[in-house]
Amino acid sequence: MARALVCLVSKVIHKGVILIKDFFFQAFGFLPDEIIFTLWTITKIAAICVPLMASVAYITFAERKIIGYIQARVGPNRVGPKGWLQPIADALKLLTKEVIIPNGANKFLFLSAPVLALAPSLAAWAAIPFDDQLVLADINAGLLYVLALTSLGVYGIIIAGWASNSKYAFLGAMRSAAQIVSYEIAMGFALVGVLIAAGSLSLGEIISSQDSNLGFFGWYWAPLFPLFVIYFISGVAETNRAPFDVSEGESEIVAGFHVEYAGMAFALFFLAEYANMILISALTAVLFMGGWLSPIPSIPDGIHWLLLKVSFFLFLFLWFRATFPRYRYDQIMRLGWKIFLPITILWIVVISAAVVYKIPPWFSS
Amino acid sequence: MTFEQLVFYGFAGLTLVAGLSVVSLRNPVHAALALILCFFSTAGLWLLMEAEFLAIALVLVYVGAVMVLFMFVVMMLDINIEETKKGFGKILLVAMILTIPMVVAVGTVMNSNFFKTSSFSYIAREDVNYNNTREIGLKLFTDYILLFEIASLILLVAIIAAIALTLRTSRQTKAPNVDDQVSVRRDDRVKLIDVKE
Repeated sequence: MARALVCLVSKVIHKGVILIKDFFFQAFGFLPDEIIFTLWTITKIAAICVPLMASVAYITFAERKIIGYIQARVGPNRVGPKGWLQPIADALKLLTKEVIIPNGANKFLFLSAPVLALAPSLAAWAAIPFDDQLVLADINAGLLYVLALTSLGVYGIIIAGWASNSKYAFLGAMRSAAQIVSYEIAMGFALVGVLIAAGSLSLGEIISSQDSNLGFFGWYWAPLFPLFVIYFISGVAETNRAPFDVSEGESEIVAGFHVEYAGMAFALFFLAEYANMILISALTAVLFMGGWLSPIPSIPDGIHWLLLKVSFFLFLFLWFRATFPRYRYDQIMRLGWKIFLPITILWIVVISAAVVYKIPPWFSS
Repeated sequence: MTFEQLVFYGFAGLTLVAGLSVVSLRNPVHAALALILCFFSTAGLWLLMEAEFLAIALVLVYVGAVMVLFMFVVMMLDINIEETKKGFGKILLVAMILTIPMVVAVGTVMNSNFFKTSSFSYIAREDVNYNNTREIGLKLFTDYILLFEIASLILLVAIIAAIALTLRTSRQTKAPNVDDQVSVRRDDRVKLIDVKE
């Protein structure tokens, strides 16, 4: 019953997309081709960004609820039925607050930093495939593109820390810069393992090369298990989430890089952090967990599997935050350079050998 | 003017403005940010030439890693901006003289047959299945494998040299030994004493 429903939903999404496209091209048929194409692309971008922003709002709610239940509390339950309107109330509050610019701050950089933090986490979604047909841009260097964009988010933090003209903010920015450079290396090497296994840089092809009659066990998490774990932990570090949130470190440096921000400028940093969490979860699902593929070969694939996997990894983010105490700074550096980096390099050698000698069951074809 | 030309002139203009800002801005952090913008617009130009691997690698390596470290260092410097304004006139003459050989060198290269626009007429747009990343990979690992390996060897030596430089003096940091910390047992730290009434 539930399975049939899910299949129906994914069929409806497909039919709906085709219908909307036909309608769109007929309604605007009088315009030149380039303009229709641009308008259609903008519509697709909106179709990705609007649900993304809505999920960001409700992940903040989910976070407070889940952490609440983990700590034997109820969490927010006052605004709206069972607290469901809480994120909207938060957004309205932040919108109406004043954006304060501190004395001696560089105004232009101070205000552009939140935008720089948010933009890469939205732009990276262009290359993420939701389905074997639903993708904004199936570029053949998709993996590189996503890696390049996820490494850009740090500029928002660095510039915010520097432009705030505050010691705490500056310390946060310095910590974040060193941390992201360290973990990006482990992250990059984990992705090298994936591209060796898949033989392609295109995210769509990476998913279809995980398709086998093994189902769940045929996905790359199994042959690349160390890289899978390292990629996700590096992803947590790259998004500055607990237990790697030293750049915020509210018990050590107040709130780190965004200590001087208020109102909507602060809200943009918040949006960027949660959008990055969703992005890292989606990438982990695509690269190691087979994206839209279903875990049991006899059940049809579909976008709902991707959403389910993304939700699972997002839950892990929240679970980590409620469970682990913050890492000490030198321990973070040690973990990145002395543990993750050697393991990834070792596993790249192992996986290259497995691909060259066609080790079954993953690389036999 | 076609759309591609419009994009080209946009990016080319941005590259020039950003490049000029790198050398003319007084504040080193602003100059570093202008350099990042310069890298970005150059990546845009390369994308226009269908060299997507080079474009993304430029953003990934230079903007994503090298410039982050650059910013890290530049932000730590405590530079008095008034100080940097002094003595500009004196340097100007020397700088002008120094630019002459550079202009000549660049001009000679640009005027050579390789860069003549007439020799580019044969370049046609590649078809949809053309994969720039694959082409570069094949070239690097077949025709230029020796040069590629030498370049990586030089980088390896540089990494080892950089680490060796930090080990010159005896260890003075007070960083705790993690192995000792991990291997601590309860009995090393806690002693239960029976206090008699």
